[in-house]
Amino acid sequence: MPVDRDRTLAQRMHLDLPLILGLVLLSGLGLVVLYSAAGENSQLVFRQGTRMAFAFALMFVVAQVSPQFLFRWAPWLYFAGLGLLVAVLVFGDVSQGARRWLSIGPVRFQPSELAKLTVPMMVACYVTARPLPPSPRRLLFAAGAVVVPVLLVVRQPDLGTALLIAGAGVFVLFLAGVRWRYIGGCGVLVAAAAPVMWYLMHEYQRERIRTLFNPEQDPLGAGYHIIQSKIAVGSGGLYGKGWLNGTQSQLEFLPERSTDFVFAVFGEEFGFLGVVLLLAAYMFVVVRGLQLAADAQETFGRLLGGSLVLVFFVYIMINVGMVCGLLPVVGLPLPLISYGGTSLVTMMAAFGILMSVNTHRRLLSD
Amino acid sequence: MKHPRWETHLSPVLTAQDRVREAHLVRRRTRVALVLSLLICAGVAWRVFNLQVLEFEHFRTLSESNRVSLLAVPPTRGIIYDRNGVVLAQNTPAYSLEVTPEAVEDMNALIAALGELVEISDIDLERFHTALAKARRFDSIPLRFRLSPEEVARIAVNRPYLPGADFKARLARTYPHGDLGAHLIGYVGRIDERDRQSIDTSNYRGTSHIGKTGVEQQYEGVLHGRAGYEHVEINAFGRTLRVLERRDPVPGSDIYLTIDAGLQAVAEKALGERNGSVVAIEPSSGAVLAFVSMPTFDPNLFAYGIGQEEYAGLLRSPRRPLFNRALNGQYPPGSTIKPIVALAGLEAETETALEGAYCGGWYSLPDSRHRYRDWKKTGHGDVDLDRAIVESCDVFFYRLSVDLGIERIRGALVDFGIGVPTGIDLSGESSGLVPSPAWKEAIKGQPWYPGETLITGIGQGYTLATPLQLASAASALGTHGVRMRPQVVLRRESGDGSGSEFLIPEIAGTIKIGEEESWNRVIVAMEDVVHGARGTARLTGQGAAYRMAGKTGTAQVIGIAQNEEYDEDEVAPHLRDHGLFLAFAPVLRPRIAVAVVVENGGSGSTSAAPIARQVMDYYLAPESEPRDGRLMAEAGVRRSAFN
Repeated sequence: MPVDRDRTLAQRMHLDLPLILGLVLLSGLGLVVLYSAAGENSQLVFRQGTRMAFAFALMFVVAQVSPQFLFRWAPWLYFAGLGLLVAVLVFGDVSQGARRWLSIGPVRFQPSELAKLTVPMMVACYVTARPLPPSPRRLLFAAGAVVVPVLLVVRQPDLGTALLIAGAGVFVLFLAGVRWRYIGGCGVLVAAAAPVMWYLMHEYQRERIRTLFNPEQDPLGAGYHIIQSKIAVGSGGLYGKGWLNGTQSQLEFLPERSTDFVFAVFGEEFGFLGVVLLLAAYMFVVVRGLQLAADAQETFGRLLGGSLVLVFFVYIMINVGMVCGLLPVVGLPLPLISYGGTSLVTMMAAFGILMSVNTHRRLLSD
Repeated sequence: MKHPRWETHLSPVLTAQDRVREAHLVRRRTRVALVLSLLICAGVAWRVFNLQVLEFEHFRTLSESNRVSLLAVPPTRGIIYDRNGVVLAQNTPAYSLEVTPEAVEDMNALIAALGELVEISDIDLERFHTALAKARRFDSIPLRFRLSPEEVARIAVNRPYLPGADFKARLARTYPHGDLGAHLIGYVGRIDERDRQSIDTSNYRGTSHIGKTGVEQQYEGVLHGRAGYEHVEINAFGRTLRVLERRDPVPGSDIYLTIDAGLQAVAEKALGERNGSVVAIEPSSGAVLAFVSMPTFDPNLFAYGIGQEEYAGLLRSPRRPLFNRALNGQYPPGSTIKPIVALAGLEAETETALEGAYCGGWYSLPDSRHRYRDWKKTGHGDVDLDRAIVESCDVFFYRLSVDLGIERIRGALVDFGIGVPTGIDLSGESSGLVPSPAWKEAIKGQPWYPGETLITGIGQGYTLATPLQLASAASALGTHGVRMRPQVVLRRESGDGSGSEFLIPEIAGTIKIGEEESWNRVIVAMEDVVHGARGTARLTGQGAAYRMAGKTGTAQVIGIAQNEEYDEDEVAPHLRDHGLFLAFAPVLRPRIAVAVVVENGGSGSTSAAPIARQVMDYYLAPESEPRDGRLMAEAGVRRSAFN
C-alpha cells in the first residue's frame, strides 16, 4: 500500500503516541493520588492499576476497529444498547437506591455506559447520511435518538450519566454545524424548562442543588460534602500540604475521598500549582484529542471523535466544579484518577475509537 | 470508488465540493468547541485560584480548626431480671489487652513478652495484625479479649516493663446463672453481616454485640438503648485531645421476665439428665412462670465468643442442647388431649359421651379386622366419660372419635391452641400440627382413612404439639376456656427513668362450651386422675397440700405391629415412648398450669407427672405467696397511677 509508506509505526498500529503519553501520565498521577486518598492502601492501588492495564488494553483493541465498521454497525449497536437499557429497568440489580446494573451470568455491567458510546455513534451515522449541516427535520429525528436513551437512564435514576449521554449526542450535532439560531433557541427552551425540571426531580436531587447554594444550612447532612471538600481544596494553598499530608483527607473529614472527591485530596496535597499542572495535562489530552478528531478522514469520524473528546472534557469540568462547589453533587468521577473501573473502561474505549478514526485511512479515488 | 460515504444505499452522491465544505464546517465547529473548552477550563481554574490562593487564609483556619470529630458512645444494655428481681443477664467489666503501636519499640518482642504472661492464640494474633495494618500509630489495638482477673494482675505487675501494652475495661454481657433458662433468656453475640442488614447502623456504632436468640433477640430494640455522641477535639494528627461536648447515651430498658428463677431451677433439676421440657403458665394472665428445655447450655460461651470447636460440639451433640424444646419441640400429645376430646363429645352430645362404652381391650372399625388396641390388654369393662379420663381408656375415645369425626376433633384441638402458634413474644415458635383430610390430601396426596380419625382422638398419628402449646391448653382447661396469650415479659423499666410498662394480659381465644357442667365434669375427672384411687397419676397426687387436675400421656415414638408387644426394656433408649403430663392447680382458681414432656421417658405417669408435682409444690408452697404477690400488686398500683 502506498499509503503506508509515509506513515509511522504507531500510525500503522492505529495509535497516537502523544495522546497515549498524556493518558499514561494522568493514570500514573491517579495511582499516586489514590494511594494517599485511600489511606496508603496499596492493595486498592494495585486493584485500580490492574483495571487501568485492562482499560488500556481495551483501548488498543478498539483502535484496531475501523470507523467503517462502526458506521455500519452504529444503528444495530444503538438499538441493542436501547434494549439493554430497557432490560436494566426491568431486571436490573438495585444498588444504593438506583437500578443501574445488569447481570448476565457472571458479567455485571451498566448498559448506560455502553450508551455513552452508541448514542454519539448513532447520531453521527445518521446526520452524515446527508450533506451537512443537517436539515431541521433530520435534526429533530437525531434529537429523538438522543432523548430516548437519556430518559431511560434518568429513570434508573442516574442523572450524571444521563447528562453525559445527552452531551455526547448534542456535541455531535454541534460539530455537524447546527445553525447558531437553533442552538440559541434550545438555550432559551432549556431555561424555560428549568422550573419543570425542578418539579420532576427527585427530592435528593433538589436537595443537592439547594445545598450547593447554601451548604451551611445542613452542615452534617447534605452540605457536609461540599463544605469539607472546599476546605480541603482551599487549605491546600499555592503549594499544597504535601503528598500523604492532607489533614482533611487523612483525618477522614473528607467523604468519598478515593472516588468522586479525589480532586479535593489532590488539591489539598498538591496546591494550586498541582491543580494547574493537572488541568494542563487534561487540556493537553483534550486539545490533542480534538486535533485527532478534526484530522480524521471522514466526517463520521470527525463528529464521533470530537464528541467523545468533549464528553471527556465535560467529565473533568463537572467533577472539578462539583468539588469546588460550583456545581451540585452529581456522582461523576474524575476521569483516570478516581477509584473505580466502570467509567474508566468506557473512557478508554472512547479514546480507542478516537485513535481509530484518525489513523484508519484509505486512498480516495477522486 | 464513486461514493465517498461507506454506505451507498442511503445518501445521494456527495461531490468533492461537498466533502471539502463539510470538512471546513466540522473543523470550524471543532475550533469553536476547543476555544469554549479552554475558556471553561480557565473559569474553573479561576475558581480554584480563588479557593486556594485568594481565600487561602480563610480555609486554612477552617482546616486547622476542623478538629472536631464525632465519636459514638454505646449505650449500656438493659438488665434482665426474673419476676422477683433475680439478675439473669447483666453487664460486667471485661478487660482486654491492647497495644499502642507508637509506644512500642519492638513489636515482636513485646508480643512475645505478653505471650509469656497471658495466652495469645493464633486467631488473636491474626486479628491483631489485620487491625494493626489499618490503624493509626496512636490507636489502641486489642490483642486479647476477656482477660481473667489473674491475667489482669499479671499484666498490671509487669506493666512498667511493657511499654505500649495496657488493658482496657469495657462492659460485657454475662449470665450469672449460666445455663439457667438459657433458651428463654437467649444470648448476645458479635454483630455479623446479617445483623447489619436489619439494624440502624448509626445507633449501633460502638456496639459490638447484639441479641441473637430468646429474649435478648426478641427485645433487642428495648434492651439496646440509644447511642450517644461525643464531640472530641483532635489534633492535626488525629489524636484525641479533649472532649468538647457529650450527649449521653440512653441506656436500654431493664426487663423483668415473668419467670420465677427459683421455679425454673426446680423444674430444670427435676428433669435432671433427661431430655425434655417443662412449661409453666399462670392461667389468669398467660404469664410464663417456667420455660425449661433440657439439656441446656451456657449462654456465656456465646457472649464471650464461642470457639469453632466448642460450637460444633454443641451442634453435634446427640442431645441437641441448643434446640429449644419448649418452643420448637413438636411431640405427639398422646392421651393428654383426651379431656379436650371429651369436652367436644359432651358439647356435641354424642352417644359415647353421654352413654359410655364397653372396653374389651381393643376396638375395630366396622368392615375391618384391624384391632386398635387399648393400653390395657384386658380392657376397662364398662366405662363412662369420667372413668375414661381417669383411667385413660383408649377404646372409649376410639368410639368417641368415630362419633365426632375428624373435623370436630380438629376444631376442638385448634380451639385449645394445638397446631397453631400461641403468639408468645419469642420468635421462631413452631406451630405443631393437627391433621385434617384436606391437609393430608395436600401434603401427602393421600385420602384420609377412618382409622386415622381414631388415633387422632387419642393424640397419636400426625398430631403434634409443642410443650408451650400443651401448657397453654392446660391453662385454658383451668380457666374454663379463656386461653391467654403466653407472655414472658412482666415489666419494662425504661433506661432513662421515664417510666415502666407492665404486662397487659391478652386473650388469645375463648372456647365456647354450652353447658358449664361439661367443664366441671371433665375437670373433676382430671382431678381424679391425680387424686382418685384409680387415677393414672395417683402416685403423684399423694400427700399434696393442694388439689391438682391433670392428665397423663404417653406418646409412641415407634409403631407397634399388630402381632407385636411393646416392651420398654427391649426397645433402644431413643425409641422409647415420650412421657407427657399436663396439669393445673389449685383446681379452683388455678394459679399455675404445667406441661411436662420427658423424651423417651416411658409412661407419662411415672416420668412426667412427678416433675409437675415438684414444680407445683415449689410454686404453691405458702412461703412463696408474698414474693409473687408483692410484685403483681406493685404492678397494679403503678398501672393505675398511669391512667
